[in-house]
Amino acid sequence: MAARLTLAQKQSVWAWGFLAVPLGYFALVRFWPAVDGFFLSLTRWNLVGPRVFVGIENYRRLVGDPVFWQVLGNTFWYLLLGLPISLGLAFVIAYHLDRVRYGQGLIRALYFVPHLTTATAMAWVWRWFYQPPPVGVFNGWLVWLGFSAQPFLRSTSQALPAVLAPAIWAALGFQVVIFLAGIRAIPRSYYEAAEIDGAGSWQILRAITLPLLRPTFVFLFITTSIGFLRIFDYVYNMTPGGEGGPLNATRPLVLNIYQTAFARMDMGYASAQTVVLFAILLILSLLQLRLLGERK
Amino acid sequence: MRSRHPVAWILLLLGGLTMVMPFVFMLATSLKDNSEIYDLALLPKSPTLDNYIAILSTSRFPRWFAVSAIVATATTVSVLFFDSLVGYTLAKFRFRGRGLVFVLILSTLMIPTEMLVIPWYVMAKSMGWLDTVWGIMFPGMVTGFGVFLMRQFFTGVPDELIDAARVDGLNEFGIFWRVALPLVTPALSALAIFTFLGNWTAFLWPLIVTTSPNLYTVPVGLASLSGEFQTDWEMIMTGASIAVLPTLVVFMVLQRNIITGIMMTGLKG
Amino acid sequence: MLGRRNLLGVAVGTAAGTILATAPARAQPVEIEYWQYTFKERVEAMDELIKRFQAANPDITVRHVTVPYDNYRTRIAAAVPAGEGPDVVQLYYGWLDAFMQAKLLQPLPKTVFDPATIDREFFPIVGNMKIDGAYYALPTAVRALALFWNKKLFKEAGLDPQKPPATLEELITVAKATTKRDGSGNMVSEGIALDVAGQDLHWIREGLIRQFGGAPFSPDGRKVTYTTPEAVAGVTWYTNLVTQEKVSEMGFMTDQVTAFKAGRAALTVDGSFRLGAFDTQRGLDYAVTELPAYNGKRSNFASYWVNGITSKAKGPKFDAAVKFLQFVTTEEAMKLWMEKVGELPARVALAHTDAVKNHPKYGPFVRGLDYAVATDFVDESAQRKIMMDMVDRVVIQKMPVAQSLAIAATEEQKILDTRK
Repeated sequence: MAARLTLAQKQSVWAWGFLAVPLGYFALVRFWPAVDGFFLSLTRWNLVGPRVFVGIENYRRLVGDPVFWQVLGNTFWYLLLGLPISLGLAFVIAYHLDRVRYGQGLIRALYFVPHLTTATAMAWVWRWFYQPPPVGVFNGWLVWLGFSAQPFLRSTSQALPAVLAPAIWAALGFQVVIFLAGIRAIPRSYYEAAEIDGAGSWQILRAITLPLLRPTFVFLFITTSIGFLRIFDYVYNMTPGGEGGPLNATRPLVLNIYQTAFARMDMGYASAQTVVLFAILLILSLLQLRLLGERK
Repeated sequence: MRSRHPVAWILLLLGGLTMVMPFVFMLATSLKDNSEIYDLALLPKSPTLDNYIAILSTSRFPRWFAVSAIVATATTVSVLFFDSLVGYTLAKFRFRGRGLVFVLILSTLMIPTEMLVIPWYVMAKSMGWLDTVWGIMFPGMVTGFGVFLMRQFFTGVPDELIDAARVDGLNEFGIFWRVALPLVTPALSALAIFTFLGNWTAFLWPLIVTTSPNLYTVPVGLASLSGEFQTDWEMIMTGASIAVLPTLVVFMVLQRNIITGIMMTGLKG
Repeated sequence: MLGRRNLLGVAVGTAAGTILATAPARAQPVEIEYWQYTFKERVEAMDELIKRFQAANPDITVRHVTVPYDNYRTRIAAAVPAGEGPDVVQLYYGWLDAFMQAKLLQPLPKTVFDPATIDREFFPIVGNMKIDGAYYALPTAVRALALFWNKKLFKEAGLDPQKPPATLEELITVAKATTKRDGSGNMVSEGIALDVAGQDLHWIREGLIRQFGGAPFSPDGRKVTYTTPEAVAGVTWYTNLVTQEKVSEMGFMTDQVTAFKAGRAALTVDGSFRLGAFDTQRGLDYAVTELPAYNGKRSNFASYWVNGITSKAKGPKFDAAVKFLQFVTTEEAMKLWMEKVGELPARVALAHTDAVKNHPKYGPFVRGLDYAVATDFVDESAQRKIMMDMVDRVVIQKMPVAQSLAIAATEEQKILDTRK
């Protein structure tokens, strides 16, 4: 019977065979909770007792909630600043690291170590760095260079970039490693051929490295965007009371969701915000897949 | 093998040293006596291992370490296998519904863990997994992140290789296992590092699902050492320094593969 | 009357024994689960209490579960919908409304926990736990605020290290004298460490506003009343410490506790629960006094963690939970709790013994309890944030205090209006 299947049909059977167990698992552990969360967003529920169906009431509340809009705006700022800075830095570092001959392992480790360390501990260290002079290191440098001291975390305009910096710093090691793996996955023969043709390193970068890194770029664009839109740890650990202050200046959406769900126990409203976050992430990811020319 | 750039090298090294400064600050704090930690001098005046002794002699620390090691290792093995299998399928098979399956799996990255703990808990309770090692690890056995990563790397594997293997009479699983998988060692190593790390530092779910201190993971155990009004930062820094060690070892061992796993594709490509 | 007897000497064993005597013989052993947050001294004290309770009630086993503080509520929230979790749970009193609205707690049976007796024997602040005539939870211990001062910094500033400020005016004088700045005018050491996210929001709300003749809320707790000129004056006094007197900087040394532990703040307002952290800080020579008075008027803030019986406990488990709750609110339990944890007993008679009242460290807190108010929270974390934002608007955005308070009042009134 198997012999009568076409190649395409055989492929299909194998594919679904490979996918069966993992998809069943995802359905149970991820999809079902997501669908449940969507229905939860249409209810009022405080964890105990029945879920009261309220229709789109929670979404209507969102529209009229100034904190939600501020928090949404902050979240996009994290993305708009974080994505280009972190990916730009990571690519430059990985590109040059790949060409280094001496002590490459050590230098790689230096860049990766921040990614290994827990945010709780590192957030504390960064808070010290941001202290006013004479305690804080950053202000020490600013003053030494002749600039005036800056309030950083105590300013409504500077706090967001100040919290973002350690988040970029911690993610950098991850991105560098992925870029490195991507660069290393490019067949050596391509480079050899180009070198024989007498191409310079800039030409090689443009003609070979960047195009062949496209799958890596797609991956990092999407995962990094998701990472910044879901930023939580550093904000939670670097602002007083974990509230994303001062005056909500650093509060991201996920922190707002967390506080709504577990401090206010307003699960329906928290779910509605999660659905919004999910929709944004999904649209953005599909857009990136399309724009970055993902081919079938 | 490529050009030597002393300037780039020096800049990279300086950048790396800057990157590692907060980490050094943490290590230095962990070596300080609690009367000294607020001096903010980088080097401890009289370094002490007392903080380490205090934490390591916590009776349950070896157990937390063992639980973390089991959870992180088991999930990493499972993730490596299933994620690369699914990633390979999505990258190299043509079948109806492929795009949808990919987007569905990608979408699992978009829901914050914070909102998943309640449904997971309900599930664990109904299956009798509460307060067990399996309960800690079950949500992480297959990850959308890894599927996505592996899919991206498998797309770079030339189709000709796979076709050649098919002609040689290997079945589809054999092709995946013997031909395709060895070609993506760098990505596998990266995935192993991130999965191990992610599970080693996971906090919220292990905390929610366990009640016995004997089943705590290292991060949960360390968190249980500080309380509502305790801010013993020297202890938190020490705990974080200890917790970093195993992941650093895993990184040092596996990172070689990212570099030396030079692709055989180069021979034929 | 139980509270009038001096039980300090004879309490050990008798309280537990009484419970045993009244318990009907039970064939079925029953296990109940008790939850609190992880804090070494609290865990040890509770372990000891459980040991004594089980010795007196061999048919009951108490399983003691602890959860790191930061995630305590998240943990409860995850467990409850699954029908898991504690039978007896320890909660911050300010969370009670949220947990009540979630129908997480059962009323304590009036036959065992007679409301009139509790009204009489416990500190009046515990009355917040009484809803429609029935108590829903009871504390083992209560806490109040006091002023901590660093003796070494007093000496360095030429002040008498044995004489802390007794009034708000003296506090400013002392704070000015102890504030240190370097050549460029940067703060090196603060006169007073402030932190709204710490205990200062309570000091402002129940201390300063009342001392200046205002009131934060109407007596029934349903209306925000801190927009009066008196309340504005109280809040202004506080924000002036930063903006006018410049004896403090928000966020200096990251937070108030760190600044004081580091010996870089001469004064700070904090709770009795902080004694432990300051005692283990080597090189810190400090003492405690009552919150400073203003025009002879004092006011303080009290808070407590309560033990309540959850909706999960049914039948024999409920009966066992009642017995256990009864035991942890005996004088015996409170005495042990004070000795091990350093929190003040919730029963007036026990707190008002000379040994406690004149204790160098507990004394100022206990004396503060006599004029303390416990804010009747609807949503503790939201209401805390409103105060943090209120002060930030004044300090960071230079908004006039009255205007900032008016914004806070509107927001907080909305929260109070959600109370059923």
